Amino acid sequence: MAVLNEEQTMLKDMASEWVRDRLPVTALRGLYDHGGGGGSGSDGYDADAWAEMAQMGWCGIIVPEAHGGADFGYLSLGLVIEELGRTLAASPLISSALVAASALRLAGTQNQQARWLPGIADGSLIGTLALDEGPHHAPERTALAATASGDGWALSGTKRPVQDGMIANLAIVATRTSGAPGDRDGLTLFLMPTDSAGLERQALDQIDARRPALYRFDSVNIAVNDVLGEVGKAADLIDAIRDRAAIGMAAEMLGSATQAFDITLDYLKTRVQFGAIIGSFQALQHRAAELFGELQLTRSAVETALAAIDADDPALPALASLAKATAGETLHRISSQMVQLHGGIGMTHEHDAGLYLKRARVAEQCHGSTAWHRERWARLNGY
Amino acid sequence: MAEMEPIDREEFRQEARAWLKANFPPALTNVPGLLFQGDAHAAAANADYQLWRERMTDKGWGVPTWAPRYGGAGLTEAHGKIIGEELAAIGGFNPIRSYGTMMLGPTLLEYGDEAQKLEHLPFIASHERRWCQGFSEPGAGSDLAALQTKCIDMGDHWLVSGQKIWTSGADQADWCFVLVRTDTERKQGGISFLLVDMQSEGIEARPIVLISGSTHFCEVFFNDVKVPKGNLVGEVNQGWTIAKRLLQFERNSLSEVKADITPLAPLAHDYLGTDALGRIDSPDLRARLVRNAMRHEAYMATVRRLAAEAKNGGPSHGVSALKNLWSGIIQERAELLVEIMGADGLGWAGDPYSAAEKEATRAWLHSKAFSIYGGSYEVQNNITAKRTLGLPG
Ligand SMILES: Cc1cc2nc3c(=O)[nH]c(=O)nc-3n(C[C@H](O)[C@H](O)[C@H](O)COP(=O)(O)OP(=O)(O)OC[C@H]3O[C@@H](n4cnc5c(N)ncnc54)[C@H](O)[C@@H]3O)c2cc1C
Repeated sequence: MAVLNEEQTMLKDMASEWVRDRLPVTALRGLYDHGGGGGSGSDGYDADAWAEMAQMGWCGIIVPEAHGGADFGYLSLGLVIEELGRTLAASPLISSALVAASALRLAGTQNQQARWLPGIADGSLIGTLALDEGPHHAPERTALAATASGDGWALSGTKRPVQDGMIANLAIVATRTSGAPGDRDGLTLFLMPTDSAGLERQALDQIDARRPALYRFDSVNIAVNDVLGEVGKAADLIDAIRDRAAIGMAAEMLGSATQAFDITLDYLKTRVQFGAIIGSFQALQHRAAELFGELQLTRSAVETALAAIDADDPALPALASLAKATAGETLHRISSQMVQLHGGIGMTHEHDAGLYLKRARVAEQCHGSTAWHRERWARLNGY
Repeated sequence: MAEMEPIDREEFRQEARAWLKANFPPALTNVPGLLFQGDAHAAAANADYQLWRERMTDKGWGVPTWAPRYGGAGLTEAHGKIIGEELAAIGGFNPIRSYGTMMLGPTLLEYGDEAQKLEHLPFIASHERRWCQGFSEPGAGSDLAALQTKCIDMGDHWLVSGQKIWTSGADQADWCFVLVRTDTERKQGGISFLLVDMQSEGIEARPIVLISGSTHFCEVFFNDVKVPKGNLVGEVNQGWTIAKRLLQFERNSLSEVKADITPLAPLAHDYLGTDALGRIDSPDLRARLVRNAMRHEAYMATVRRLAAEAKNGGPSHGVSALKNLWSGIIQERAELLVEIMGADGLGWAGDPYSAAEKEATRAWLHSKAFSIYGGSYEVQNNITAKRTLGLPG
C-alpha cells in the first residue's frame, strides 16, 4: 500500500466499507442473465448506487475545484477504483470520472470545461471515450470519418466497444479528419452528446454483464466548438487520455486480483481432501506464494503510475504501460488459478470465481491489452 | 522513527553530495564494489580502495545508522538512504558493505551484550575484520536446524568440533559466526550462536571451486576449537531465534535495490541487429527481454514501496517473497544476456572472447546460486506460504 495521507486513508476506508456493503459481488449477479452475459433490460450498472457514489464526491475527485470537483489527485481516485475492483462493482466511474474528466482537463477550453465538468463531478452526467473501432486497441488505425460540413463537422462510421456507452450522455469521439488509417496525423477528438441525431447505439452483450456499446454514426453533426484540442493533431492527446484510462483500469484490476487471491486463499484454508486442509499441500502453497509475489509487483506498478500522473512525471507513458501490462498478466493468472484451485465449484455460475475470470478478460482488453502495452513499453525503451 | 523535514532532507543531500564528491576516489567510479568487499587480497592491493575505506570509516558512513561508539554516524534511516542514493548517483559504492554490516552487525545490535558490541562493531564499521557465516553443514542445508557441530561447556571455555560447508569467504575471513549444538535433546531449542576467531587453533578452511570457476566458499573443519565463554551471543540454546533474525537481515540485503542495471537493449541491437523498424531482430528473444526488463522495473518499484511502507525500518516476513522475485528476475536476466551473446557468451578463456563476454558467462553461472543461498527458492516459498499467508502444515 502506498504511503497515504490522512484524507486518503479516510477515503480508502470509506470506499472499502461502502463497496462491501452496497455493491458486493451479489449486486453484480443481479445484472447477469443465467450463467453469462448481461440480463436483458439491464443497463450494466446500478443507477441508485451510482447516485450514492456521486453523493460521496467520487465523480469529482480529479475535477478542478472551479468546476465543482475536489482536485484530490489520481492516486486518491485510484484508491476508490481499486476498492470497486475488489467486488467487481459495476459503475461508469472509470469512464466518466477518470477518462472523460482527464480528457477535458488535458485539452478542454474554459467553455468546454465549464459546460461538461460540473455535470461529471456531480454525477448527473456520464462521460466516456469512444476510441476503439475493432477487437484490438489501435488508435492510429482510427477510420471513423469526420468531414467538414456547413460550419461544423459530420461524423460517419462505427465505434466498438464503447465502455459504458449505453448510459453515457457525453462521448469523446476519436475521428479521422485527414490522412489514412495507420497515420498518426489527421486524428481529431470531438465532444459529442449521445442524443445527437444520426447516432445509433446498440448494447453489446458481453461476458462480464457490463454492456458496453456499439455506436453507428450516420452523418452526426458536430459544432466547431466541440472539437477537443486541435484538429488533425489529437494523436498525442489520445495517448495521454488512454494512458490515464489504462492506469485506472490497472487500479481496478489490482483490486480484483487482490480480492480473487484473498478468496482463493480462504478456500485453501478451509477445503479438506485426503483428510487434510488442501492449503497444507506444498504444491498449492508454492503456487499461492508465487501469486502473492506477482501481486506485490502489480501493486507497485499501479501505485507508481497513479502517483506519476499526479506528479506530471515525464516517464508516465512507460509507467502506464508497465502498470496495465503487469496488472493484466497478474489478474489473468490469478483469475485462472481461482477457478482451478476451487475445483468443480469454481466452474459453477453460483460461485464467484467465474465472475472474476470474466471481468478479468474484459479488463485485460480495455484501453490496450497486455500485449499491446508490452509492445508500447518496448518501443518507448528502445527494444 | 521521526520523519525528516523536507528542508533538512534537501540540506543533508547537498552536504552528502559535496562530501562524497570531495572524498570518493574518481578512479573507483563504476568499479564493482563487490570485488573489494569480497576479496581481501584485491582490497589490500588497491590504494584507492584503502583510502576510500579509511575516509568512510572516519565519517561513519559505511554504517550511517549505527551509534558513533560502534563506528557509525548515528543518523536516521532516511539520512542513510540519502547517502546511498548520492553514492549511487556518482557511480560509487560503500567500501564497508560486508557480511558484517549486512548480517552480523544488525543482529549483534539486537542480541549482543555491550561488551560484544564494543569489541566487534567498530571493526565491522571499518571493514578491518571480515566475517563469514558458519551455518550450513553437510547434513543441514535447508533443514538448518539439523546441524550437528558440537559445542561443549568446559567451564572456562567452549569446545567446538564439527564441520561446516558452503561457508562463503571462510579462507579470507578473520571471524566466523557459527551455529552450534549445545543440546542434543531439542532440535531448534538446542542451538547456540557463537563468535569464533578464525585464527583459533583447530580450524581449517578448504576452498571449494564453483561452476563459475571462482572459489567463493569453503568447507570449514572445527577440531576441538577452544572459544572464550564471552563469545556466546544471547542465551545458551537461544541461537535459533537469533539465526532466524539474522537470516531475515540476510534476505533483506539480498533483495536490496542493486544500483540500476544497465538495459540490455543496446547490447541486443549490437549482437542481433535490428529490423526495419529499429527493433531487436529476434521477435521471440525480444519479447522475453522486454518482459524481464518490465518485471525488473516493477521489482524496483516494489523495493521502493516496501521501504517507504516499513515504518520501523527492519525487514518483514514479506522479504521471502521479495527474495524470490529478485532471484528469479536476475537469474533470468543473466540467462538472457548469455543468449544475446550467442556462442560468444559461452567462452571460458582466451582472446577470441571479450572480457565482457567471459564476465557474462561466469556471472550467469554464478547467478544460479541466488535461488539456493540465503534459503532456497522452495524454502522461501514455504516461509511465505506459512508465515505471510498463514497456510497450515
Ligand atoms: C554460493 C553459495 C554461498 C553460500 N554461502 C553460505 C555461507 O556463507 N554460509 C552458510 O552457512 N551457507 C552458505 N550457503 C549454503 C546455503 O545456505 C545452502 O546451500 C542452502 O541452504 C541449501 O542447502 P543444501 O545445499 O543442503 O540443499 P538441500 O537443502 O539439500 O536442498 C536440495 C533441494 O531440495 C529442496 N528442498 C529442501 N527442503 C525442501 C522443502 N522443505 N520443501 C521443498 N523443497 C525443499 C531445495 O530447495 C533444493 O532445491 C551458500 C550456498 C551457495 C550456493
